[in-house]
Amino acid sequence: MLKTEGLSKVFVTGFARRKVAALQDLSMKVEKGEVFGFLGPNGAGKTTTIKILMGLIYPTSGKAWIMDRELGDVRVKRSVGFLPEQPYFYDYLTAREFMDFYGRLFGLGKAERNERSARLLEHVGLSHAGDLQLRKFSKGMLQRIGIAQALINDPELVILDEPMSGLDPIGRKEVRDIMLGLKERGKTIFFSTHILPDVEVICDRVGILVKGRLRATGTVGELMSQMKTSSMEMTVEGLDQSAVAELQGLSSNVMERGRQVVAFFDDQDKARRARRLVYERGGDVVSLIPHRGSLEDIFVEEVRKERGR
Amino acid sequence: MKVYAIAVNTFKEVIRDKIFYTLVFFAVLLVGASVAMSSLSVGDRLKIIEDLALGSMNIFGVIIAIFVGIGLVDKEIQKKTVYTIVSKPINRYEFLLGKYLGLCLTLAVYILVMTAVFMAVLFLYTGSIHLWFMNAVLLTYMELIVITATALLFSTFSTPTLSAAYTMAVFVIGHLTSDLKGLGDKTGSMIKKVVLEFLYYFLPNLDNFNIRSEAVHGVAVSWGYIAFAVSYGLLYVAILIAASVIIFQNRDFK
Repeated sequence: MLKTEGLSKVFVTGFARRKVAALQDLSMKVEKGEVFGFLGPNGAGKTTTIKILMGLIYPTSGKAWIMDRELGDVRVKRSVGFLPEQPYFYDYLTAREFMDFYGRLFGLGKAERNERSARLLEHVGLSHAGDLQLRKFSKGMLQRIGIAQALINDPELVILDEPMSGLDPIGRKEVRDIMLGLKERGKTIFFSTHILPDVEVICDRVGILVKGRLRATGTVGELMSQMKTSSMEMTVEGLDQSAVAELQGLSSNVMERGRQVVAFFDDQDKARRARRLVYERGGDVVSLIPHRGSLEDIFVEEVRKERGR
Repeated sequence: MKVYAIAVNTFKEVIRDKIFYTLVFFAVLLVGASVAMSSLSVGDRLKIIEDLALGSMNIFGVIIAIFVGIGLVDKEIQKKTVYTIVSKPINRYEFLLGKYLGLCLTLAVYILVMTAVFMAVLFLYTGSIHLWFMNAVLLTYMELIVITATALLFSTFSTPTLSAAYTMAVFVIGHLTSDLKGLGDKTGSMIKKVVLEFLYYFLPNLDNFNIRSEAVHGVAVSWGYIAFAVSYGLLYVAILIAASVIIFQNRDFK
């Protein structure tokens, strides 16, 4: 569905003509019907990649294909839906005029434009705002109408740049549901984000981009199994200060919460020794919870590795 | 069809812009005021009204052409409204053409409004409908679309402030080109002569579009001349648009 090969972008900025490598040798693939999460910290190059795919900027080198057609083929965009980051729209248009305008750009007939606009506005929960000018929209509403315009042509591939940005938890859930709905209908979704909890729920595969380099790709499961560290979280009660001090020697992190103490351990062995320590000193183990590595851990790890280069 | 959609959209954008309304309001006001001002002056009152009115129509039109024209492209890029458009199955040149035609359409509406006001003023003053000034209005419109194309060109690569400065410079020099050539002929230095002659040929001679004095004083202007001026204008527009398309096609939208 989507493929890049050695995609690179160098920006030249300022009077001193300083060169910034925004993207370095990006090669990746997105298969039909999958939801691919493109992750990375701010400034990693996610938006640059998406802009190149959408023809907003030109790559310095490398190639990319959308649905087996090389970039620059305007016809491909018939089947692509795009939502840019923090979108700005013509704020003097009303919601209905806005949807009608985009419908025209796809060459849709009047009846079809009306039908799809109404359906999509309903789908994103904006039917009530049909005659409201976009300048009066809240951020969440703008995001939602942004998604509506991305879907006006019933695209096969949907590309979203930070679709959850600036939304409250309810808004995020709504966007997530819309994305899952699209997935159920067999659409392919490529989206960038740095909000990780959503990713674990929706994505089939992810790619982690740091400073313009693709550090890892794979399913969430594959990436997690590469993580060796996991941790144990132990909550104890009834220990005196010297016992707590000994506990600190074994654990990676200790927090005191009122009468209880919460300690984290890097491995099972240390956790076992800590348990014995607690019983010997007359304390109680209130709870013991194993944590598997989260996507956040992988993310942080990859960023750390890149920065160490 | 897509060009049409963009043009209509641009038209709506300008029409709903307060700046446009303000300028049109002041233009109408000035025409109205010209009636009052004429009573203060010596000489043929009617001719003074006509002069002022046509002059206002021209200058306010130029102001609109410059200040809306420079934002045409740059505003879209800065405000990122262009992102969702260019990501649709539309060529960049179609987008550019649509923006330009949308502004031309708006200017046409402006001209029509001003013409109506002018005719009303004349009617009030003379009791009959006049149409003799229409050729001057036509050429004024040609001047406006050339200025708009100039503003469009600058806006494809420059910030609004600089674009405004450049376009105004073109406007001013455009009205002085014949003087430039005269200056070139008189100067001793070969280099200066070549540069000045180059500027003379390169920049549009906007004086070609000014037949207001002739119109007001009843001097006949041949159709041949009108045809020449219109072709001249269209030629410049074509070149400016072509250059704009080339620049716009090849730039990054950061």
